[in-house]
Amino acid sequence: MDATELARWQFGITTVYHFLFVPITIGLSFLVAGFQTAWMRTGHEKWLKLTKFYGKLLLINFAMGVVTGIVQEFQFGMNWSVYSRFVGDVFGAPLAMEALLAFFLESTFLGLWIFGWDRLPKRIHLACIWIVAVGTVLSAAFILVANSWMQHPVGYRFNPEKGRAELTDFMAVLTNKVALITIPHTIAGAFLTAGALVAAVAMWHLVRRPGKDTDAFRAAVRLGSWTTLVSMGALLVTGDIQGKIMTEVQPMKMAAAEALYGTEQPAPFSLFTIGTLDGSRPVWSLDVPGVLSFLATGSLDGRVEGINDLQAQYVERFGPGVYTPNIPITYWTFRLMIGAGVLAALLALWALWSIRKGRSPAPERRGTRFLMWGMIALPLLPLAANSFGWIFTEMGRQPWIVFSRLKTAVAASPAVSSGDVITSLTVYTLLYGALAVVEVGLLLHYARAGLPDVSPPPPAESDEDRPLAFAY
Amino acid sequence: MELSTLWFLLIALLFIGYFVLEGFDFGVGMLLPVLGRGERERRVMINTIGPVWDGNEVWLITAGGAMFAAFPEWYASLFSGFYLPLLLILLALILRGVAFEYRGKRPDPTWKRRWDWCIVFGSAVPAVLWGVAFANIVRGVPLNADHDHIGGFFTLLNPYALLGGLTTLALFLTHGAVFIALKTAGDIRHRANRLAERLGIAAVVAAALFLGLTLARRATTAALILAVLAALCLVGALIANRLPSRTDPQGRREGWAFTGTAAAIALAVASLFADLYPFVLPSTVDPTTNSLTVANASSTPYTLKIMTWVALVFTPLVLLYQGWTYWVFRRRIGTQHIPDEAAQLPSPAAERGAAG
Repeated sequence: MDATELARWQFGITTVYHFLFVPITIGLSFLVAGFQTAWMRTGHEKWLKLTKFYGKLLLINFAMGVVTGIVQEFQFGMNWSVYSRFVGDVFGAPLAMEALLAFFLESTFLGLWIFGWDRLPKRIHLACIWIVAVGTVLSAAFILVANSWMQHPVGYRFNPEKGRAELTDFMAVLTNKVALITIPHTIAGAFLTAGALVAAVAMWHLVRRPGKDTDAFRAAVRLGSWTTLVSMGALLVTGDIQGKIMTEVQPMKMAAAEALYGTEQPAPFSLFTIGTLDGSRPVWSLDVPGVLSFLATGSLDGRVEGINDLQAQYVERFGPGVYTPNIPITYWTFRLMIGAGVLAALLALWALWSIRKGRSPAPERRGTRFLMWGMIALPLLPLAANSFGWIFTEMGRQPWIVFSRLKTAVAASPAVSSGDVITSLTVYTLLYGALAVVEVGLLLHYARAGLPDVSPPPPAESDEDRPLAFAY
Repeated sequence: MELSTLWFLLIALLFIGYFVLEGFDFGVGMLLPVLGRGERERRVMINTIGPVWDGNEVWLITAGGAMFAAFPEWYASLFSGFYLPLLLILLALILRGVAFEYRGKRPDPTWKRRWDWCIVFGSAVPAVLWGVAFANIVRGVPLNADHDHIGGFFTLLNPYALLGGLTTLALFLTHGAVFIALKTAGDIRHRANRLAERLGIAAVVAAALFLGLTLARRATTAALILAVLAALCLVGALIANRLPSRTDPQGRREGWAFTGTAAAIALAVASLFADLYPFVLPSTVDPTTNSLTVANASSTPYTLKIMTWVALVFTPLVLLYQGWTYWVFRRRIGTQHIPDEAAQLPSPAAERGAAG
């Protein structure tokens, strides 16, 4: 493998890993803020307990998101210097703004929230977690603006003398139609993930620890499941719009999602295929007529361009070369993304059904055993769906790193040898692997522990010597 | 003033903020096994930076982002050229960040000891390597006509750069010791005072040598003045660190001492940037054609203009709320303030239930 390929593996591994933590942080910060608001409004202790319980899981997860995020920012310059020089004038601005507008907010106000329980007035303390939540969305918005520019470059001109893209209209970059639809889709995915996590953990407690904090956990199952279901609705709607915009700006990606080689009208959508997906006749496939046409054009008999025609068009436009992404990967990740998301929503529905009208799943019933397996799968499915979605969208852009402008093959750092990249790839893989074990261990430990005791501490002799409400 | 020069200043400012703020929390991290006698004292130390270390680190992220946006050539050449040192810095920052958050999450002493070592390693490695990196930036590195670094890892480890690393190490250790004295109560405060005296002398010697060598290579008036002021502030800090406090005769004038070390670091970094200007990354090979300067590394005026507006509006806001955080957590911490761990950890009974 050459340095570029290694750098791609490194980007894939570190980014997918980073994005396991990001959606949980985004969604869970809002849900925790919601719990704390409910506590402020009602004064009911169960909300405070839920705030602290899920807040702990949020923090364990947040730390990983932060530290793996630094790698992301450095990686562009370290591994992709040609890319960085080419895009810096456009792509750097949202990145810098993300740090200045969002990261400072998140980190500073999270510190205030963690340590401020007894230092801040209640309302201000509550405001801190809301500010963190808003910060997470802001940060997602900026980075998605940057990514969307790579999918559909707008608001720039190419300067042949400097050999780089130069910003001409920043508003156009911010309001890139790809960004405007990718942002809500990604945020909805984050809520799907966090809702599923909240519901699954709460359900586990209802079944395994019957009678303990039942009221609080029932509320959490309901809130988590509804969040999952509503998010799924939002994902379907935004995903549908995204598909149409993708067909317009990156038709090859849409054709690759279906492994559609020849242009068809109407085009079917195959739920499942046994075959090589290389354009030869599949052994077997389960097709739903007209659905791809609908996804791509909004009409059941719309015309969808195939890979072969697009390849020919691109050769004409950009010169000889292969303009087709890795089809089996785009084909399967697209299906797995949708399938995992929908399955998560169904499991959330099952959780809601099992606690309907004051009922609770009886531990001795066999159905409950299956429900418990479902609850283990519930938070994992959205994580998988997020990862498949990103792998699809990034691999589907290939061979381009900046669509229609710069190819991935020429974008890596000339100053960095394969040996360097092997070193860093090894370091990250080992480190991230070890940290995953530690992080999952802690999450399980704290998730199983149940709701914390929130009775106020005994009064200290003097205010001066009163212990901190929270300390590392 | 040209916008590119303004952005050179802003990036200098971001790195100054980063080194002044994260400088003391690197110091606290490195001194953990030296000053922290017993678990409670170590927790006192970690909690002096608990609410703020993450916000301090964002200064680096912002500096990196600003460099990418305002000087893409500089960002690309520097980050790809300094590949292995940056990898080590990232490794260190990852371990350190996770360690702060995770070390208190289990009662097991072995667990804590391991994370403590992550904190020490994670603070010491960047404390040295940032000095090495900045010394190399000022000194220049071999760049080819495409501005790509053509030296290896060991070109970066020249004696001058190692002295730079030693300087930042000594400065951050002193800064951290002074900070601990400022933020703690009881025995640990006094030990931190005494340690700061000795560390401070090492810092003065290292900084004087390093800045002297830097200016001997190429001196501008501004860089010279800033370096002298930095030295004066550091000496002033050491004096304040010996003067008895007015309120507590056992304590010292830690507020002034901390102001002094913070100003010394700020001025020293400013001096390096002043010495660097108008270059951003000089080349030791064909310096006239291959060097990166403020002019040939910068983004377009349009991008810089937008960034300038954003920076003008939001930087004061950031300073305001970060400053407020320091105000909220201004109280000194002593061992009596550290809550019992049992109160924060999941109860053992629940754990047994989980196993069943």
